[in-house]
Amino acid sequence: MKKNWLKNLAILGTAVIISLSIASCGPKDADVQSAAATALAGDPTTSALQVSVKDGVATISGECKDDACKVSSENVVKGIKGVKSVVNNVTVAPPPPPLPPAAPVTISPDDNLSKMVTDAIKDNAGVVASVKDGVVTLTGEIKRADLPKLMQKVQSLKPKKVENKLTIK
Amino acid sequence: MALQDKYKELIDTANSSGVSNLQVREQDGVLYVDGDAPNGGAKDSLWNIYNKIDPDFRAGDLVLNVNVGGAVDGGKLKVVTESSNLNIRKGPGTDQPIVGKAGHNEIVTLVNKTSDQWYLIRTDGGAEGYAYAQYLQPA
Repeated sequence: MKKNWLKNLAILGTAVIISLSIASCGPKDADVQSAAATALAGDPTTSALQVSVKDGVATISGECKDDACKVSSENVVKGIKGVKSVVNNVTVAPPPPPLPPAAPVTISPDDNLSKMVTDAIKDNAGVVASVKDGVVTLTGEIKRADLPKLMQKVQSLKPKKVENKLTIK
Repeated sequence: MALQDKYKELIDTANSSGVSNLQVREQDGVLYVDGDAPNGGAKDSLWNIYNKIDPDFRAGDLVLNVNVGGAVDGGKLKVVTESSNLNIRKGPGTDQPIVGKAGHNEIVTLVNKTSDQWYLIRTDGGAEGYAYAQYLQPA
């Protein structure tokens, strides 16, 4: 009878050891968490995310710039050995507001433009200018060396367009 | 967009040479490039590129309005005429009587910017009046 009791104890002891070793045979949560964090850090789009693992359940948190990043973070963590399931708490950043439309180009009104053009061509004898609907048309003749300065002056007057029909001497 | 491709070298240079307040806009088949150049050299290089891409400025598809910024009231300006004296006038316009002259490369003082075209200046000799802004650059 006593021998039987010892035998039972031995079986019980073995069972306890086996059950303990089964419970601890999977990877530890801390190791899984570390592996998952390393995997997320390897991709610049997911590197700012955090992951924690408890009982094989990985929880990802943080902010992604888009849905694709959120999905890929989940797939990456799912692929880590020891992860049984993933809770994806990643939030997606709202899209940036659209850029304000560029202000339309300011065109000088004709009467003002005409006066400014008269001043601009004053030093270039031989150059004639006409202004219509913001378009400055230059006719007459000019030396090539004087052309850039004249164009600089005329194009700074906020014309719609400059038509250069000058004959270059 | 096609015009921005045509003048890409010019736009890239404007960005890399430190043109501030740069605006590049395309409207009704004309590209408008506005901004403030850090110095006369940067402005000249943009105009050289413009003349290279569109020889003698014949196409009429670009309005380049990049001027040398940084001129402040009370600051010094240099007269950048080709070689001649710069007229100083009683009022802002070539129809105004000439009240004085500033020499080529002379340094004058900016009193204020009356408009983008005309600055009120004062010479060291005491002449005060309006001069054409395109012939003045921060010294």
